[in-house]
Amino acid sequence: MQIILFHLMPYADLDLEAGRKNGTVWVRLPNRHFDPEKGHRLYNRYLDELEHAERLGFDAVSVNEHHQTAYGLMPSPIVTASALARRTQRVRIAILGSALPLREHPLMVAEEHAMIDVISGGRLISGFVRGIGAEYHTFGVNPTFSHERFHEAHDLIVRAWTEPGPFPFQGKHYNVQYVNLWPRPYQKPHPPIWIPSQGSKETIDWASHPDRRYTYLQTFSPARVVQRYLKLYRDTCSGYGYEAQDSQLGWAVPVYVANTDEEARREAKPHFEAFRNVFVKMPLEMLLPPGYTSRESLKNVMKAKAQMFGDVTIDQAVELGLFVCGSGKTVLKAFEGYWNDMRFGNLLVLCQFGTLPAELTRKNMEFFAREVMPRLKPL
Amino acid sequence: MKFTDGFIEVDGCRTHLRRGGSGQPLLYLHGASGAPAIMPFMEQLAARFDVLVPEHPGYGLSDEPEWLENIHDAAYFYLDFLKRLNLQKAVLVGSSMGGWMALEMAVRDTSRIKSLVLVGPAGISAPGVRPADIFLMPPEEVIRSLFDDPRLAEQRLAEPATPESLDIALKNRHTTARLAWEPRLHDPFLPKWLHRIDVPVKIIWGAEDRILPVAFTKEFSRLMPKAEIHIIAGCGHLPQLEKPDAFCEIVCR
Repeated sequence: MQIILFHLMPYADLDLEAGRKNGTVWVRLPNRHFDPEKGHRLYNRYLDELEHAERLGFDAVSVNEHHQTAYGLMPSPIVTASALARRTQRVRIAILGSALPLREHPLMVAEEHAMIDVISGGRLISGFVRGIGAEYHTFGVNPTFSHERFHEAHDLIVRAWTEPGPFPFQGKHYNVQYVNLWPRPYQKPHPPIWIPSQGSKETIDWASHPDRRYTYLQTFSPARVVQRYLKLYRDTCSGYGYEAQDSQLGWAVPVYVANTDEEARREAKPHFEAFRNVFVKMPLEMLLPPGYTSRESLKNVMKAKAQMFGDVTIDQAVELGLFVCGSGKTVLKAFEGYWNDMRFGNLLVLCQFGTLPAELTRKNMEFFAREVMPRLKPL
Repeated sequence: MKFTDGFIEVDGCRTHLRRGGSGQPLLYLHGASGAPAIMPFMEQLAARFDVLVPEHPGYGLSDEPEWLENIHDAAYFYLDFLKRLNLQKAVLVGSSMGGWMALEMAVRDTSRIKSLVLVGPAGISAPGVRPADIFLMPPEEVIRSLFDDPRLAEQRLAEPATPESLDIALKNRHTTARLAWEPRLHDPFLPKWLHRIDVPVKIIWGAEDRILPVAFTKEFSRLMPKAEIHIIAGCGHLPQLEKPDAFCEIVCR
């Protein structure tokens, strides 16, 4: 199993009461709540944490893209991934992912990812996402064109990485007379492509297609939901006539490890609950603008609204497998159990979440790296 | 007044059409929430006009054609619709998004259009005036913002939702986003061509409109100096529903 330290880089100094009062920290939480001096310390602390992951033996470190929110301070994961490319030597660097439909031009994504791949000597894992619903509000991009922009951008990027240039590209959303990438990516034929998702049949059908076989990551979902979608991925591969490798499956989940179960819950509780009940929260209209999902999926979410949009305690989250928390022994046992059920080849652990401060984040990373990671890697 | 209820096919789109009354043709172009039923103002107008109430492509019971990608597609569709039914000298009455469609039609071709009546129309931006963000508001809040008289909103909210009405609401919302998400509820290039509208234009606005504020009338007067502006007091975004008598009187005048 490959173990990846995943970071969201939240604005951990957030005035939680302001976030709660506003109903969400996305789109319209006034940016006067961001203090650049605190931001300066947080960015550098978070980059230190990601760099520390290399020393602790993680296989990869991961950054992602979110816009105009206290949930994550990485509008451009390119910036953080670039910094990591120079400050690390061995770990892979995963961008999970670049939000293709939000970007004005996919060639820019192709170029930037290629630069990081070349600078890091082929350590880049490229991830592509559509961006979350809220970002269609903040960016003005029409969500009813989200899927087709994503697919067209993806096609342009992969062709730019692999086909000899210059060549013309004619699409509906993007038109380029001369596609001729300098630099070409370091890895052949191109960096691995991973597709993070909250769970969608359309995404699985597309990612698992024999032409692509992209690694599918289920993010922040209850364990039984993760299991359902990873199984759907495997079944879809069988339907295409091939067997999925474990390396095509991944799970991204927040984790907290301490000396004892009791200590872990006590230390993680306020920070996890801030993450789940303040940083993640947004109204339905913000989460799922028209066209972002099919109307059938939207109706299903509306039915499950109370469950999805209500508060969750740490105990409920652990019960649901939304959060893995406890002593090293407990966490190891939990992951071994989940692995037996799901056989995911990639585990992305979020060791900093919500307001979790620097010292607890370090402690968590070190406990995980010492007591859990070595036993998971051989799986 | 009896309205016929059926479908016609235009540009490959099976289009739901209700029609009633006789006289000069009057094409009613509905707004973002559709035209699910024949309303009293339509019956009142049918005493004077041959009233046509289609549901736009992508709304209500009409098809969702793949070609419908922006407001210009809707405008070309309705120009074809006028031709298909051989309507001459039609009065176009467009509410909100429908008013925007009427403008987009009229800058292209007025040969079958006698006049425009725009009711709280979308379509342009105005400096310093912010429309409500209908895509970020919960549906109940949108309904409450449509009317000045809260009782009308409560009546609308009390109507029982069925699985069919929920499906239609989601479909309407999807099409509205497709046509009007970005740029939000307007076409930045439309003002360049408004001078091409060579037929009489009346603009009706509710003084208490909370979706598209009445301040938009100032920008419309600047862009279309010959347009007649009628502001109705104590009225929200849908004067045709909230003040049907005053509304019909202005249309018929």
